[in-house]
Amino acid sequence: MLADLAAGLTLAALIAYAVLAGADFGGGIWDAFARGPRRDAQRDEIAHAMGPVWEANHVWLIFVVVLLFTCFPTAYAALSEGLFIPFHLVLLGIILRGAAFVFRAYSPQSVRRPGRPGRGARRWGAVFGAASVITPVLLGMCVGAVSAGGLRVAGGRVVVTGTAPWLRPLPLATGGFALAVCAYLAAVYLANETAGELREDFRRRALAAGTAVVAMSALMLPLLYVQAPHLWHGLLSVRAAPVLAVGVAAALLSGWALRERKPRLARAATVAQTACLLAGWGIAQHPYIIYPDVTIQGAAAHAATLRFVLWSTPFGMALLLPSLWWLFRVFKTPEIGSHGEPRSR
Amino acid sequence: METLSAARAQMEVSLAFHMVFAALGIGMPLLMTLAEALWLRTGRAHYRDLARKWAKATALTFAIGAVSGTALSFELGLLWPRFMAFAGGMIGPAFALEGYAFFLEAIFLGLYLYGWERLSPRAHLAAGAAVAASGVLSGILVVAANAWMQEPAGFRMVGGKAVEVSALAPFLSPAWEQMALHSTLSCYIATSFAAAGVYALGMLRGRRDAYHRAGLALTLAVGTAAALAQPLSGHLSAQHVARNQPAKLAAAEAHFHTRRGAPVLVGGIPDAAAGTVRGALRIPRLLSFLATNDFDGEVKGLDAAPRALWPNVAVTHLAFDVMVGSAFAMIGLGLWFWLLRWRRREPGRWLLRALVAGSPLGIVALEAGWIVTEVGRQPWIVRGVMLTSEGVTPVAGVAATFFGFSVLYLALGIALALLLRRLATGAPPSPDAAPRPAEAAHAG
Ligand code: HDD
Ligand code: HEM
Ligand code: HEM
Repeated sequence: MLADLAAGLTLAALIAYAVLAGADFGGGIWDAFARGPRRDAQRDEIAHAMGPVWEANHVWLIFVVVLLFTCFPTAYAALSEGLFIPFHLVLLGIILRGAAFVFRAYSPQSVRRPGRPGRGARRWGAVFGAASVITPVLLGMCVGAVSAGGLRVAGGRVVVTGTAPWLRPLPLATGGFALAVCAYLAAVYLANETAGELREDFRRRALAAGTAVVAMSALMLPLLYVQAPHLWHGLLSVRAAPVLAVGVAAALLSGWALRERKPRLARAATVAQTACLLAGWGIAQHPYIIYPDVTIQGAAAHAATLRFVLWSTPFGMALLLPSLWWLFRVFKTPEIGSHGEPRSR
Repeated sequence: METLSAARAQMEVSLAFHMVFAALGIGMPLLMTLAEALWLRTGRAHYRDLARKWAKATALTFAIGAVSGTALSFELGLLWPRFMAFAGGMIGPAFALEGYAFFLEAIFLGLYLYGWERLSPRAHLAAGAAVAASGVLSGILVVAANAWMQEPAGFRMVGGKAVEVSALAPFLSPAWEQMALHSTLSCYIATSFAAAGVYALGMLRGRRDAYHRAGLALTLAVGTAAALAQPLSGHLSAQHVARNQPAKLAAAEAHFHTRRGAPVLVGGIPDAAAGTVRGALRIPRLLSFLATNDFDGEVKGLDAAPRALWPNVAVTHLAFDVMVGSAFAMIGLGLWFWLLRWRRREPGRWLLRALVAGSPLGIVALEAGWIVTEVGRQPWIVRGVMLTSEGVTPVAGVAATFFGFSVLYLALGIALALLLRRLATGAPPSPDAAPRPAEAAHAG
């Protein structure tokens, strides 16, 4: 019971990371694919939206990692051994993404064309975009590898057989799915935070990414059925199916709201969609952390540790949530549509 | 390269890299908040300019600290999975609480950096103070995890397994308090002297304006105060280590043979095989006094521990001397500056040159101190409980990741240094110049 609660907490932190930081990766994706006459304006808008919040959003990942190694130390060890290469690549992506984002902001502007990024800034911008595309794919592949059943553990050690577990079809598809979801989240949020033609740009991008999300899900269904029947049955079980059904309904709602130009509704529905999909996956995955060898019970730390983590959560959140609320209230409410003119600072 | 050496090397590089930014992340917010407080009190514009400049530097270095710290939390598992499988649950509570401190730090930093015009002056100052406080808190909490590795507590080993585990294990380590104090001071010292060098350089180049003078005085006020306290705190650490981790102290002092009236050895080349030290300056009986408060007290030498459990004596001793030497050099620099000021004299060229040359000393001392602590703990990863060689990953290919990460960190370090130099040598921001969009987009 304690262990299940700790696993639920970890899943909740993962959902927060996906919903918040996923959009920051998505911002980088749209930076990489900024096109058309408003290309620089799009990039400015993305940087402006990410600037104050991306570091706070990123801490959710640290939370997930810390919860994993505190509450499920042996599972963390097995993940670190089995996913040694993709984890290192994820780190590479995370380091380059964050560094390039701030380095670009501080690089000098073009000498010949004032107001445009200089050479250094353009290079860091390219690194930022590329890292933002690659990292969510890798993170998705890791999630896929954990449930696909290819990562085998015996006696606390990882057993390697055949293709690396994260390079199999289902993990690859999960990576693509994660990429599409990040792009979708970011475009929907950005459509909320902009106005006029830029809002149209992002709305169109959201519709494209939404289509990609649907396409990737369609690709994953047969893969799940053939390659991971345990997960397929889990997803259709009475525990998970209702959550997933809400997720699918939210997805349809968000698509409709985008078409009807109701960005706020689209944003709420997109958040609900992402949260329900991840929650549904978590429920379907229960009681495993790594299917089929590592269970939540089997990997759980000492009861005292679990109790400490669970009891400290409400106190920590009592400090955290009001501060987060303040941050988002200060930076995410006013000033919509002031792009173009110099900001008042 | 065998896996253990490669894993050690990768951990060293990552920690040494992160530690620079962690120190700046603890020190810079204090400086910028002090400058802003002085601005609000005195209304002198150069204090505001200093606060804004330091805020920008913090924005740059914090981001690198955040991503390199993330790398560390993964690397604990990637490089030391057996250690984490054993100890993750016991050191975890420190990191779990630290997570909240990181969160608050990142949130209030966002508010501070981007909120100059959006928050009231008081709310803005409060946000800065919150960044400074949560930075210190996160440092203190992560040091608890490290202290537990030096002096594990809060569990019992039965048949190779930890039982009766306390949730507060990392906070029960007797090494925690003195390490937390000593390493917090070291972050202030490292940041202040590094920043002081920037203003000394500016003044050497003829910019003796109020902005540069205030920058130098403020950084050296913090730096000198902390540097004066540091030998006292280091003395507490040394006495504690002499009692609880005698092999580490013996290695740091290159003290091979247990004896009464032991001398302090400054410098010299220890020869572990022969148990002798060549070319050291000997200060008779001082080590006994420092370690036991008695000139004739007994200090355990390395011979009190089996040879297989000795740390690398040469490295530990050299690092210790570098730390202590830097400490006294920085104290000298600080006192020199304040003596001149007390006599109402302008800092001369030689002082300014010495401050420029001495600006890396704080960072050097900090890295050296961690080498004393970490190399001096070897061969244990958890002292007395688990050997480093037992904690390492079985995965092949660590040499490649070590190499890749070293190159990555080197490149990032160079790029960051170039950007910081541009920031530091830029003229003080004039109040009515319009901010350039690229910078406005990031740092307000
Ligand atoms: C600016 C940095 C700095 C300066 C000037 C000093 N130290 Fe230090 N020292 C550190 C930065 C540091 C550190 C990096 O922060 C360490 C590593 C672990 C720790 O707690 O602090 C450390 C560790 C450390 C240890 C080992 C503690 C342990 O392993 O638990 C001892 C015995 C001392 N120091 C002693 C001194 C003395 C006697 C100093 C001055 C005369 C001194 N230090 C100056
Ligand atoms: C004594 C050594 C350490 C100290 C004093 C320290 C301190 C800090 C500080 C102050 C920050 C805030 C970021 C900044 O200001 O640049 C930070 C970031 C971070 N550190 Fe360390 N750290 C230490 C070692 C470690 C270790 C060993 C780990 C790995 C487990 C780690 C994990 C992190 C993480 C994940 C972050 C990013 C958090 C954020 O986004 O703010 N740190 N560290
Ligand atoms: C922040 C400053 C720190 C520095 C510069 C530092 C430095 C080092 C060095 C030099 C080593 C290699 C020792 C050797 O094999 O010769 C090492 C190892 C290690 N350190 Fe630290 N350390 C720091 C803090 C920490 C903290 C806060 C933790 C917290 C958990 C930590 C955990 C480890 C681990 C797991 C190893 C690998 C095992 C080992 O070689 O001992 N370190 N560190």
